[in-house]
Amino acid sequence: MSNLFKYTLRIADSSLVLGQRMSEWCSKGPTLEEDIALSNIALDLFGQANGFYEYAAELDGSRSKDDLAFKRNEREFFNHQLSEQENGNFGTTTVRNFLHDAFNFLFYTELASSKDEILAALAAKSLKEVKYHLRHSSNWLIRLGDGTNESNLKVQEALDFLWQYTGELFEMDEVDNDMLDNGLGVDNIQLKIKWDELINNTLKKAKLKRPIDGYMATGSRKGIHTEYLGFLLAEMQFLPRAYPDAKW
Amino acid sequence: MLEESFQEQIDAERKIEPKDWMPDDYRKHLIRQMSQHAHSEVIGMQPEGNWITRAPSLRAKMILLAKVQDEAGHGLYLYSATETLGISREELVQQLHEEKAKYSSIFNYPTLSWADMGAIGWLVDGAAIVNQVSLQRTSYGPYSRAMVKICKEESFHQRQGYEIMAEMAKGTAEQKEMAQDALNRFWWPSIMMFGPQDSDSPRTGNAMKWKIKRQTNDELRQSFIDKTVGQAEVIGLTIPDPDLKWNEDRGHYDFGEMNWEEFWSVVNGNGPCNKQRLAHHKKAHDDGEWVRNAAKEYARKQELLLN
Repeated sequence: MSNLFKYTLRIADSSLVLGQRMSEWCSKGPTLEEDIALSNIALDLFGQANGFYEYAAELDGSRSKDDLAFKRNEREFFNHQLSEQENGNFGTTTVRNFLHDAFNFLFYTELASSKDEILAALAAKSLKEVKYHLRHSSNWLIRLGDGTNESNLKVQEALDFLWQYTGELFEMDEVDNDMLDNGLGVDNIQLKIKWDELINNTLKKAKLKRPIDGYMATGSRKGIHTEYLGFLLAEMQFLPRAYPDAKW
Repeated sequence: MLEESFQEQIDAERKIEPKDWMPDDYRKHLIRQMSQHAHSEVIGMQPEGNWITRAPSLRAKMILLAKVQDEAGHGLYLYSATETLGISREELVQQLHEEKAKYSSIFNYPTLSWADMGAIGWLVDGAAIVNQVSLQRTSYGPYSRAMVKICKEESFHQRQGYEIMAEMAKGTAEQKEMAQDALNRFWWPSIMMFGPQDSDSPRTGNAMKWKIKRQTNDELRQSFIDKTVGQAEVIGLTIPDPDLKWNEDRGHYDFGEMNWEEFWSVVNGNGPCNKQRLAHHKKAHDDGEWVRNAAKEYARKQELLLN
């Protein structure tokens, strides 16, 4: 398996898993307008996943995009652990997405100038959508952080909990390094500086305290996950697994 | 006097607009019918929402989610159109929660397999279209315009549903069985979506006179059945009605007796999912209260800063 394939697959996995989480909100939003917005974000993420899986399948040569999405086990998934975290309440979802959107925004901005034309094009397309996602999650973070006492406590609690999953966004392993060296991938360590600035500005507006770095989860690049992912995949993959000969 | 010129306007096929004078009963009838329609769109998100996380391919996932999102959008248009009659969305939702307002009984049936996504799109949206195409000509302007917009999307949904059924009907033996089973379960509830027979429909008289409704329940039901029989044949599925047969004299299909006992029992709250659907809606509403409060409080603070 080439590094380009692995790299593309990781991006696709994060989009799919976060999209899957967002789609769980359908019919449960705090208002009808917000329900529509959450579904929109899920649809964008599925669209991004679809594009990256299509490319990964082409690079792989033997599996289809749906095989990649529906026929791998949790140890073979490489999405960021942040993306698989449960929706919790609307505040938890807002914080999770905000942390992820801020990363994605910076990541796709860089990836859009990858020497790999397809990756660059997929990144440029995703970036347009992620800008909107980041605006949506930032606005809600500020509204909830600076809303009522109750809402401030809820998002602060979510932030304190989810912070541990932000460390691995900026890790570099042999795949990342190889992609970077060849002008194909992104320097995640450099992203961290801009990410810190973006996060700090928004947290300030939202009257939230930035958590102190403590334990940081790691391992998604090697297929290590939290216990949530297995259930998410079991549900998502049920039909193609139960009826392997069926076309839908 | 007013009532006469109102009726003249209706008879002349001029739309009634929110600021026009209208009889109280016309207003009440519309609020009841339009809010029921809006609630149906919103509650209707649940049975299909039940399969979004289990859709079997990336494409199927996107199509289904986009469809359910469209329904939320239809709910929004319809709530807004109903609000032009002088009632707020909050009041309408409260009526739903207090079981004073109803929604289409079809959504009180559970979705048990992926084929149900096909059956709902094909039959339920198909039946809804027959009704809504007719409602595009309803006498109340905002309702009529909402229907025009909604019909465009619904016909798309129906084709997507039919495509799922067709794909499964020609798939593996298990898939075909799921497709037939879904048709068996959804057929009768779908044709009951048009409501009671004309002889038992107490409100039809005024609604027809005021041109809120343009065709009766039985006419609409017949038109749906006539359209659908051939579609089932094409994909090799059997409609579960032994009395279904073409009647040359009438130029329509004859069909069997509907189970009205079941119909009224589900309408009155005793269907397989009535309690769950309402509980789900209430829970989402209650869970969202702190979010709505926070948004209001934030807006209030921002306004203070500006002044």
